[in-house]
Amino acid sequence: MPDRKTLILQGIAASPGIVIGKAFLMEDEELCLVQKEISKEDAKKEVIRFREAISKTRAEMIATQEKIYKTLGKEYARLSDAYLLILEDPLITRDVIKKIAEGVNAEYALFRILEKVIHSFEMIDDEYFRERKHDIQDVGKKILRHLLGKERRVLADITSESVIVAHNLTPADTISMRENLVKGFTTDIGGRTSHTAIVAQGLEIPAVVGLRNITGQAREGDVIIVDGNQGIVIVNPTAEMLENYRREQEIQLAQIRELEKLRDLPAQTTDSHRVTIAANIDNPEEVKSVLSHGAEGIGLYRTEFLYFNRSTLPTEDEHYENYRRVAQKMLPYSVIIRTIDLGGDKLSHLGLEGITVENNPFLGLRAIRLCLKYPSIFKTQLRGILRASAEGRIRLMYPMISGIYELRAANKILEETKDELRREGKKFDENIEVGAMIEVPSAALTADLIAREADFLSIGTNDLIQYTLAVDRVNENVASLYEPLHLAILRLLKTVVDASHNAGKWVGMCGEMAADTNFTMVLVGIGLNEFSVSPAQVPKIKKIIRNISLLEAKALVTEILNSTEREVIIQKIKRREFKGTNI
Amino acid sequence: MQERTALVRNKLGLHARPAALMVQAAARFKSRIKILKDDQEVDGKSIMGLMTLAAAHGANVRIMAEGDDEIDAANAIVALFETGFGEE
Repeated sequence: MPDRKTLILQGIAASPGIVIGKAFLMEDEELCLVQKEISKEDAKKEVIRFREAISKTRAEMIATQEKIYKTLGKEYARLSDAYLLILEDPLITRDVIKKIAEGVNAEYALFRILEKVIHSFEMIDDEYFRERKHDIQDVGKKILRHLLGKERRVLADITSESVIVAHNLTPADTISMRENLVKGFTTDIGGRTSHTAIVAQGLEIPAVVGLRNITGQAREGDVIIVDGNQGIVIVNPTAEMLENYRREQEIQLAQIRELEKLRDLPAQTTDSHRVTIAANIDNPEEVKSVLSHGAEGIGLYRTEFLYFNRSTLPTEDEHYENYRRVAQKMLPYSVIIRTIDLGGDKLSHLGLEGITVENNPFLGLRAIRLCLKYPSIFKTQLRGILRASAEGRIRLMYPMISGIYELRAANKILEETKDELRREGKKFDENIEVGAMIEVPSAALTADLIAREADFLSIGTNDLIQYTLAVDRVNENVASLYEPLHLAILRLLKTVVDASHNAGKWVGMCGEMAADTNFTMVLVGIGLNEFSVSPAQVPKIKKIIRNISLLEAKALVTEILNSTEREVIIQKIKRREFKGTNI
Repeated sequence: MQERTALVRNKLGLHARPAALMVQAAARFKSRIKILKDDQEVDGKSIMGLMTLAAAHGANVRIMAEGDDEIDAANAIVALFETGFGEE
């Protein structure tokens, strides 16, 4: 391989650790696909599938064209004629089909033909003409999206250990990836709480996000160092850099071994105040890691994975199986299962009627709202959870509750579901505890009412902070305004914890804030009972808790709630944290 | 078989819109149509092919048509070049 230039890129540290590996580029995500041999018999079906994708793409383009015509006028609409003609180009309608008939899958045939065309565009001297390759790529991606039924699943195709280089990673990408081969993530966009970060923390692999244009700067197979501690990515490092980082890696391994010693010790302050440290998981595979890090239960079991990469809704039995397995392995600890936290857009391909495109999905029909609108989907999941509750310690939690009426409406459906199961003679835990996630400011401010009717509360800080501060955490332009230590957030947290305790209920936190060691002391001081964090963070949080006293933590909270200067708050917290971790 | 030559007269050359017009015109004929520039040869009914020619203002191209309606086809394509695809 010819020598490539060394590039040092600064992004946002999203998951700690250091890894050195080869780049797996998802830049032309839909265009890099794996070849599948198919039989002559299947080739006919494949051609039909390809033709269907073409006609769907055409319908989509015509609809776009009409929209352009109406809003921008005829001249602009004519530009998109070129797109339609690309779709009807004999290279696609004739050559791709010929290629499929030779016995390869439609995606690959299209990829090979377009690759050739794009290559000839790249050979053109004139920049204007050369840039037309993007039109071809656009059309190619549109067709591919229809072929794949919208979901890209490139990560499933990795064949050797790699560092992923992508514009962004979605749940649909990560759900099908081969975890043992994925060594690190680097993305153009995203922040500390983006999906990429959360998944990387769950898998305990380093990740750096918000690198702006790593997909344009790294090439397939480049050697990449991912420094998830400092948010640095080095593409094609020098021999010296490699050596330094290898040494750094060894030091960190030693620290990890150190933290493992904490596994069986209780999460207790020096003045004997006990808290629970549980773990968040995205799928049943993570239970292993939860137990090896010494978590006392699962504080958030996200169930969205059951809905991705498929064209039908999950059945009751699938729900049941996936919950039962986790609950049994976690005994004697409990598992908090969160009902689906998805937007309608993520379910529209599963045949739900009445789902429309929303301008503002974060404020739209998602999570518990979606469940209340489609009670049959909700009930299927509730039945699965309830049945699994007969075989482990399961608690139930609703996401995105915005007020007491939503909690009551959800509980009403839960009671109906329990009645059904009783009539059918199916077993479940009659005393199953039901909690509400507090992640909408309106719920936080009325937590006193919600705490009276819920068995516990769990604060989802990622959304609570976004909604309170009006900051989209994945929008790089405003990501710096995402500040967990904003006085508004601290006051809200205190309100929720106090409300919960006044009602005699415990309160946990399952957002990223709980996992950040900078905030541990403040959260203990506020009175949080349970921290639910990614498995790898469990020993780190525990170490801090074992080195502080409840008394000093409370004093810190009093102090910062009375400070109006943001800088002062941050200074105080950092100073304490430093002291805590070094004892 | 009919063979003609033509000059790219419009300022922007054979970009997406003229290529689209040519493909639409070519599609009306049964004949096979080829466009050649230097040592490159592309299908006159393929917009992607035409664009990869990167025929700029002042470029010379050859047009070859073969089939039942080859004369009409060749004339129609040449006419497009001569009118500069209706552009400046």
